[in-house]
Amino acid sequence: MAGVTSINLVEHALLVSIQDDITDTEILELQDRLSNKIAQNRIDGVILDISALEIVDTFVGRVIAQLAGISKLLAAETYVVGMRPTVAVTLVELGMYLPEIRTALSLTHALAQLREI
Amino acid sequence: MMPQSATANILTVLDTDFKGIIEEWLGTQVKEGVKRSDLFSDAESRNQNRELLKAFSKGIREGVAGEDFDLDDDKWDDLRAVLADVSRERVNRGVTPTEMATFVLALKTPLFKRLEALADSDHSMLLRDVMLVTRLVDAFAIYTNEIFINEREQIIDRQRQEMLELSTPVVELWDRVLTLPLIGTLDSARAQEVMENLLQTILERQAEVVIMDITGVGTVDTQVAQHLLRAAAAVRLMGAECIISGISPMIAQTMVQLGIDVGTVSTRSSIRTALSDALLTVGYVIKKTEAQ
Amino acid sequence: MPLPSYAKFDESDLGAQVLLSQHRLKTSGDAVTARQAVARYMKENGASALSVTRFATAVSEIVRNAINHAGGGEFSIYVDRRRKTLTVVCWDNGPGIADVDLALSDGYTSGGGLGRGLGGAKRLAGRFEIRTAVNAGTSVLMSVNL
Repeated sequence: MAGVTSINLVEHALLVSIQDDITDTEILELQDRLSNKIAQNRIDGVILDISALEIVDTFVGRVIAQLAGISKLLAAETYVVGMRPTVAVTLVELGMYLPEIRTALSLTHALAQLREI
Repeated sequence: MMPQSATANILTVLDTDFKGIIEEWLGTQVKEGVKRSDLFSDAESRNQNRELLKAFSKGIREGVAGEDFDLDDDKWDDLRAVLADVSRERVNRGVTPTEMATFVLALKTPLFKRLEALADSDHSMLLRDVMLVTRLVDAFAIYTNEIFINEREQIIDRQRQEMLELSTPVVELWDRVLTLPLIGTLDSARAQEVMENLLQTILERQAEVVIMDITGVGTVDTQVAQHLLRAAAAVRLMGAECIISGISPMIAQTMVQLGIDVGTVSTRSSIRTALSDALLTVGYVIKKTEAQ
Repeated sequence: MPLPSYAKFDESDLGAQVLLSQHRLKTSGDAVTARQAVARYMKENGASALSVTRFATAVSEIVRNAINHAGGGEFSIYVDRRRKTLTVVCWDNGPGIADVDLALSDGYTSGGGLGRGLGGAKRLAGRFEIRTAVNAGTSVLMSVNL
């Protein structure tokens, strides 16, 4: 998978950085892989670092929202971290507020919030 | 005698009396009242006219095939470049679009006169030359106008930008706490600007809480409320918390009557409570000193 | 059946535009290549980060439609240096859109079908035109100022 560098496990959280050239096919595969990993391990949270993403369109937004839904069913929270300002403005303009997901400025912030839960 | 190409006579006229044409062109500009001696010195005007005419001649020499030409063509690069310079200068000095177009169109008269003299009494030849000159100068004028207006739009845009930036300061109140005091009306353009500015600052300062204070916003209608909620949503997407403060009882009533649902956005009546809550979020409390 | 001529964009729609590049649309990787090419051209020409993200997002939406709903197509990028605009045309031989207004209509649907993507693209692009014929294909033209 070219679009995802790695899935790392840190303090019961899965850290994923998504690269800008991720394709629709790859992101669906990622959703699948993450769902399996959450179910197999004792995972409290999934942290998606999207700071490399120049765009998040309705499809990618939807997949992320679905992933949050899936993790919740498996008792884990999904965080999106590092969203660029331009991406945030564009998503809002598209009407995609993504209320399903939790957000944080950075990986560190997300991990800190997860510890508090 | 028929000339070998459609532009032969026009080029002859330009080559034999280049200086005379410039002087007469200047003269026509004076007569038409579009020579802005208040803005340009004689030497400056003459110089600009010379550069323009030189580039125009070059375009005619190289960029007219048969009777066809396209000012977008490479062959007209020079003219477009000179024109861009001249327009920029004129816009900055406050020349109007009409003056600018008339300035270019004034080139027709000196050219017509000389073509008439050259044609002697060959009317069909003269007619053909005049038609071609007319098309060339008109295209020249239209293009000038386009550049000119473009230039003006850029200036307006820049000024608008500057004004917007002035009116939407993002203030760092404390480490990781930003405030955005909104004042006046919040239309779409301004809301967009505010949002961009705010999000960029969140990124730069790694701010965790943002207070949007609307005490100074005159009226909150559905549209303004939408803008505020969208900004709050974008702030949340970036991972920061957003508090809207300064909601007066009247605004609260209006919002409820309009059926505006603020959803998950936190709201406070005063910036005071918003501030103490924001500080608490980042781990600080405001405490009275013992001595008091 | 190819898209009838009336439903395609041609020189008269594109004016003095120069073709920068052309991309085949077949796989989801092609969609990435197409939108990244647009983003690159825009950045090279000094477009703001927000304008790049908005337009590249719109491009992503329309090329995905061509790939997922029409079995692929073709994507071309044009530039008009004088008017400083970038134009893209996305063309496919798919089923076409029976009700364009409906496809463009807005509103959040959790299923989020075709309509959401197209409506979003329209909102994000400066100029948005769509031509389509049922069982023949769809052609979308979008422009942005540089």
